[in-house]
Amino acid sequence: MDDLERARHFIAVIPHCAALGITVEDVGIGRAVLALPYDPRLVGDPATGVIAGGAVSVLMDSACGAAVMAHPEARGLTATIDLRIDYMRAATPGQRIVTHAECHHVTQHVAFVRATAHDDDAARPVATAAGTFTIIREGA
Amino acid sequence: MIEPVQIVKERRDRALNALLAEVPYVTFLGMRFDRRGDELTAILPFRETLIGVPAPPAIHGGVTAAFFEMAALIELAWTSTWTRMEAGEALPALPRTINMTVDYLRPGLPRDAYARARVVRFGRRYASVHVEGWQDNRERLFAQATGHFLMPDGA
Repeated sequence: MDDLERARHFIAVIPHCAALGITVEDVGIGRAVLALPYDPRLVGDPATGVIAGGAVSVLMDSACGAAVMAHPEARGLTATIDLRIDYMRAATPGQRIVTHAECHHVTQHVAFVRATAHDDDAARPVATAAGTFTIIREGA
Repeated sequence: MIEPVQIVKERRDRALNALLAEVPYVTFLGMRFDRRGDELTAILPFRETLIGVPAPPAIHGGVTAAFFEMAALIELAWTSTWTRMEAGEALPALPRTINMTVDYLRPGLPRDAYARARVVRFGRRYASVHVEGWQDNRERLFAQATGHFLMPDGA
């Protein structure tokens, strides 16, 4: 099983990611790209049809976690220690949201991760995230 | 003349339900709110579909963030609604989230979760809200969060 297949399997078995239809688009060393399809059930503001910030949080937390698991130092479980999300603008209704996450630094016990989310207009981010995640070493 | 308590309760519950009914995502998560006077406790009944770590099962970290954000938004809207509602006026629009920072203190167990949001600062334009979440024991938080919000015009 290659890395992309492993990541797809990992996300597919997470019940909440399955419920939202989150898919793994790409994965590499310490990085992951996940996508969330538009769904009227996830709307946070019916006046505009804009997706709730919470659904974007789920996507970003999942992408950051997947990036940590795709890092060679952390082949296994991880857990979020802390996650900050900045919401730059409302995502355009009807469009899917794509998140790129990457581990920019990994220490013995902690992975530092950044992520960016955008809709069809990739030049204008919908949200950014910065998080710290646990590194759980096998046999540690 | 003093209003009968049942009339007051009905009006307050109706206003709260009107706020909640606006937001499909509240229904999607299965969130409810317990109201005591103007105090709200957000409730997230456990469901299999909220799981983010299959073994041992734990609530998805993003779900916790989503639950807290919605608890904060509804608390803010409720705070700005309260006086208008008591006066029988229309409800304002929901605030918009600027950012949220969540501290994950321990795994979210496969149990119901509760959250209480406290408006730390309520300004004309910006609000700052702190949220505490717990499950079996109010003193043992499983996560906490701070968020900043943009208030709608005329809130």
